[in-house]
Amino acid sequence: MLTGKAIVMEERDNVATVVEPMDAPREIIVEAGSRKVVVHVTENIPVGHKFAIRDIPKGSDILKYGETIGVARADIRAGQHVHVHNLESKRGRGDQ
Amino acid sequence: MQFMGYRRANGSVGIRNHVLIIPSVVCANRVARGISQLVAGTTWVEHQHGCTQLGVDLALTKRVLVAHGTHPNVYGVVVVGLGCETLRAQDVANEIKDICPDKPVQLEIIQDEGGSVKAIAAGVSATREMVGRASSVERTPSEVSKLILGTECGGSDACSGISANPALGVACDLLIDAGGSVVLAETTELIGAEHLIAARAVSKEVAARCYDVIKRCEDSAKAMGVDMRGGQPTPGNIEGGLSSIEEKSLGCIYKAGTKPLQDVIDYAMPVVKKGLVWMDTPGHDIEQLTGMIAGGCQIVVFTTGRGTCCGSPIAPAIKVATNTAIFEKMKDNMDMNAGTIITGRESIRQVGERIFAEIIEVASGRLVRAEVLGFNDFAIKRIGPSM
Repeated sequence: MLTGKAIVMEERDNVATVVEPMDAPREIIVEAGSRKVVVHVTENIPVGHKFAIRDIPKGSDILKYGETIGVARADIRAGQHVHVHNLESKRGRGDQ
Repeated sequence: MQFMGYRRANGSVGIRNHVLIIPSVVCANRVARGISQLVAGTTWVEHQHGCTQLGVDLALTKRVLVAHGTHPNVYGVVVVGLGCETLRAQDVANEIKDICPDKPVQLEIIQDEGGSVKAIAAGVSATREMVGRASSVERTPSEVSKLILGTECGGSDACSGISANPALGVACDLLIDAGGSVVLAETTELIGAEHLIAARAVSKEVAARCYDVIKRCEDSAKAMGVDMRGGQPTPGNIEGGLSSIEEKSLGCIYKAGTKPLQDVIDYAMPVVKKGLVWMDTPGHDIEQLTGMIAGGCQIVVFTTGRGTCCGSPIAPAIKVATNTAIFEKMKDNMDMNAGTIITGRESIRQVGERIFAEIIEVASGRLVRAEVLGFNDFAIKRIGPSM
């Protein structure tokens, strides 16, 4: 298993941010606080983008920096790309 | 702790000694620029306002222009008007003189001079003399506690919250420990993180103002009837990995360091408190830059992930790249690289200390790239329509 460059900001986060481009499929170990988590990345993740480090059910909060950055628009599996296609913001929604 | 600055008669300290040409109205832009182009050692601004404005909107435009004239980085001012505008050049000039009686102020009115060519000629004569006198003013040892630092992130990417913003936070804490002031702004880019800064407010009143300004900002976004994503965060932010305004804000807030929040003030209001102050500005990079400097910031640290070149005409903006790729690619415009945090070559603390050292160097006279390349970006927030 390879250790790539993906950062989990706080222990309770459910996403990691990649700082090197990550091509799928690949296994990666991320450090979430004191825990090491093995994730099978199933989609290509561009630099700066996020992947889920555990399953995130539809409607659940997506957590980064230990805080909510949005809501899962659909079920997200661990290892999938998390971005505007499956993450809904809760703020500034003049369309709602 | 000291740096080499320009001590002004009113006790404020500047870090530059500009002769600034200010048009009071959009119709005087070309003449202001023309004067500056013919006199080395001057700088100028251009804007879209100064006429057919009403009430508080007019007052805000006036406040920003006057504040640039009275700014401690400015030795002397030439105010240019057309002659018929709502924001009369003579009113701007007189207010600058009232606030700073020792500051040289010249007035050129295009209609009185007989047109643009004659106004430029008259302006050049007056400015030439002013620049000559400005060149004799010397820097003297000044306390770092006199510095008011503006903080800004523009062209953010996901690395902003990992590298440059946390490092800038370290530098801000160091400046506050030395007795200085730090301005946190771009209210839009605190939506989703406001509870974190409100928790650091020194009083319930300050905490309440945090939530008030966020609500006002978010309400105005919602009034547009769309999902704000695309406007904020921008397409470049999104390409860089930021998926929502909450995510952007949670990365932005790191640049405020860890110190208590002393006050929340309106756009372009003077920064009077020591320590960390939140100024309510839009996330528009240039409106924010202009507002912070109008409030008294002599220097700005500006973190960027996607790469931005901008600069104020009167205050240096130190550009800190969030990642090494953009630092290398846009080397002409980037002053510092915080990407070493991501590669593990430096810690956040180390880069923060480097930024603080650079702030002192730039305050003492080192030019940043935006100054050398002549960036004089200027934009005033509007709060009412042109009539």
